Amino acid sequence: MEKDQDQIINDVTSGEYKYGFYSDIETEMIAKGLSEDTVRLISKKKDEPEWLLEFRLKSYRYWKTMKMPTWANLKIPTINYQDIIYYAAPKQKASLNSIDDIDPELKRTFDKLGIPLEEQKHLSGVAVDAVMDSVSVKTTFKETLAELGIIFCSFSEAVKEYPDLVKRYMGTVVPYTDNFFATLNSAVFSDGSFCYIPKGVRCPMELSTYFRINSANTGQFERTLLVAEEESYVSYLEGCTAPMRDENQLHAAIVEIIAENNAEVKYSTVQNWYPGDKNGKGGIFNFVTKRGLCRGENSKISWTQIETGSAITWKYPSCILRGDNSTGEFYSVAVTNNHQQADTGTKMIHIGKNTKSTIVSKGISAGQGQNSYRGLVKVLRNASNARNFSQCDSLLLGDKCGAHTFPYIEVDNQTAIVEHEATTSKIGEDQIFYCNQRGISTEDAIGLIVNGYAREVINKLPMEFAVEAQKLLQISLEGSVG
Amino acid sequence: MLIIKNLKASIAGKAILKGISLEVKPGEIHAIMGPNGSGKSTLAAVLAGRDFVEVTEGSVFYHGKDLLGMAPEDRSKEGIFLGFQYPIEIPGVSMVNFMKTAVNEHRKHKGLGPLSASDFLKLMRDKKELVEIDSKLANRSVNEGFSGGEKKKNEIFQMAMLEPKLAILDETDSGLDIDALRIVANGVNKLKRPDNSTIVITHYQRLLDYIVPDVVHVLYDGRIVKTAGKELAFELEDKGYDWIKKEVENQD
Repeated sequence: MEKDQDQIINDVTSGEYKYGFYSDIETEMIAKGLSEDTVRLISKKKDEPEWLLEFRLKSYRYWKTMKMPTWANLKIPTINYQDIIYYAAPKQKASLNSIDDIDPELKRTFDKLGIPLEEQKHLSGVAVDAVMDSVSVKTTFKETLAELGIIFCSFSEAVKEYPDLVKRYMGTVVPYTDNFFATLNSAVFSDGSFCYIPKGVRCPMELSTYFRINSANTGQFERTLLVAEEESYVSYLEGCTAPMRDENQLHAAIVEIIAENNAEVKYSTVQNWYPGDKNGKGGIFNFVTKRGLCRGENSKISWTQIETGSAITWKYPSCILRGDNSTGEFYSVAVTNNHQQADTGTKMIHIGKNTKSTIVSKGISAGQGQNSYRGLVKVLRNASNARNFSQCDSLLLGDKCGAHTFPYIEVDNQTAIVEHEATTSKIGEDQIFYCNQRGISTEDAIGLIVNGYAREVINKLPMEFAVEAQKLLQISLEGSVG
Repeated sequence: MLIIKNLKASIAGKAILKGISLEVKPGEIHAIMGPNGSGKSTLAAVLAGRDFVEVTEGSVFYHGKDLLGMAPEDRSKEGIFLGFQYPIEIPGVSMVNFMKTAVNEHRKHKGLGPLSASDFLKLMRDKKELVEIDSKLANRSVNEGFSGGEKKKNEIFQMAMLEPKLAILDETDSGLDIDALRIVANGVNKLKRPDNSTIVITHYQRLLDYIVPDVVHVLYDGRIVKTAGKELAFELEDKGYDWIKKEVENQD
């Protein structure tokens, strides 16, 4: 029997990251390094208006005064910010009139990732904005959505076509001074997605952005801005993958969400950046700032994240519950296997009256992975009858990994009810043997047990992605019990 | 069907089974009785393939195959079922999902395709009726929050679903009230076919009022010290295990 377990571990740790291929696409890149000139060059390449260049420069100057944060429970190697390429774009025609204008290699790349860029290939009615390296290459179903007044396009296009909207909302939830990585992003961001749901519209399909890093030595800095007007609803999903490389690559993104009165936004992430090899070499540094503002009454923002990739993850999708009766939710499964590290969680800031928040965090550690939950629940003085429920569970596979929980609770209103529950458990050999005895292999047993543990979160994902997420969890953990 | 020869096994270096020989033929029900610590559960663990038990000597052949060389899941798929003394909880995994995975693995092993959702649910329904278990159990997570009796009934339900050739029931009667005991025993009897066999491991005679064995073995200090017909069980109930102990000591 020992032989079998060893065999499984072997098979699996050598199990290749499925999305680790590199596409040979003609790419335009600027020189390595970061300076005011770099910022100006990016802005010029994108043919941006003066106000945006000013925003970037202001951010850059502020960033120069900042230091990388060290409070997270992470061991981050020194990052040389002068050794990164801040702009890399697949070469293509200036403006795309039809799908035929897209480089076939680019199309093949996204096909391989299961993200066809041709609308007719989509079965499930998911509109996709496909981003490779620094630019958006194609947004599907734009016209269909436009009939309902929904704007779904690349960030660059939004700057050109809807400058007033971008100007009105950009930086209002995550200000350019927010934190080291957000400020860096504000200086050098190159693209991302923009989404605007007008008043009273329920978006009829899932909107999604697929992020792909392709080129070596580049960083990806995109921003997503999502505005849901009164009485509107949208469900949004992002996915991400990258080639396998020995060097670490930096991904520092910003997501801002604004929900007005009675609006609801669901934001789901299936994060599968290259995690590095089994010895901890390579992998993406995923340092991301995501925040939603429930500005209107009865508004709701819900974050769901399945984090299986990246060498290091540093992210805290948060909700500012400003509108009375607004609701914030955070459902998370974070996996760290081999040498992966994650410090992730959320912030729920209760400002309005009768605001509610729910936090369900499921950490899974395997190999030598280190998994930290870090969360803040803050109830301000005027937030009467605020209510929070937090549940933080950790699952350990093996005895070399770690699980850590750092909950912060600050309450300034006596009517608040804040609950926190936490558990730590180990996948037992008993559970695996019980499955074995019913004819289920150890690999399948781990998949079954882990998916059972994460079910509460997976159930929050849109159906078709839930299936993907289940498979992904199983693949990320195969062979980690021995 | 099952031939055990001079089986010796230890746990963490401590000898538990000290030379067991036993043959179970198709259609037979064997009862293995014995005082606590005599090695009954260890024997069940060896047959099911638990890796913390180290087999140091002897052989086990099952339908002519070397059982000890087979992975636990393969033993299951070849028709060996272990009813656990302490069934394990698996939070978040529904009984439906768990059983569907298991049944389809068994089918795959036989070269059959997976059952359709409706066929599978029908199978679940039929077997639930057969073993008289509450149909709500199937909607819950595997053994999670089940009472002791529910867990044992759930073992018999799983046995009904997997239709084993050789079922090993490890102290299935422990912790059961008389009604639950009857339901469990009825389940076992209903699943009995002329070609399948059962090994009932028990401490007490009372289960054997319901499941009538063909052969009774008494296990003591890692050895089978007595083998006889079902009347042996009654004798043990009357005289207790001390009688056996004395007899063994006298022999030594």
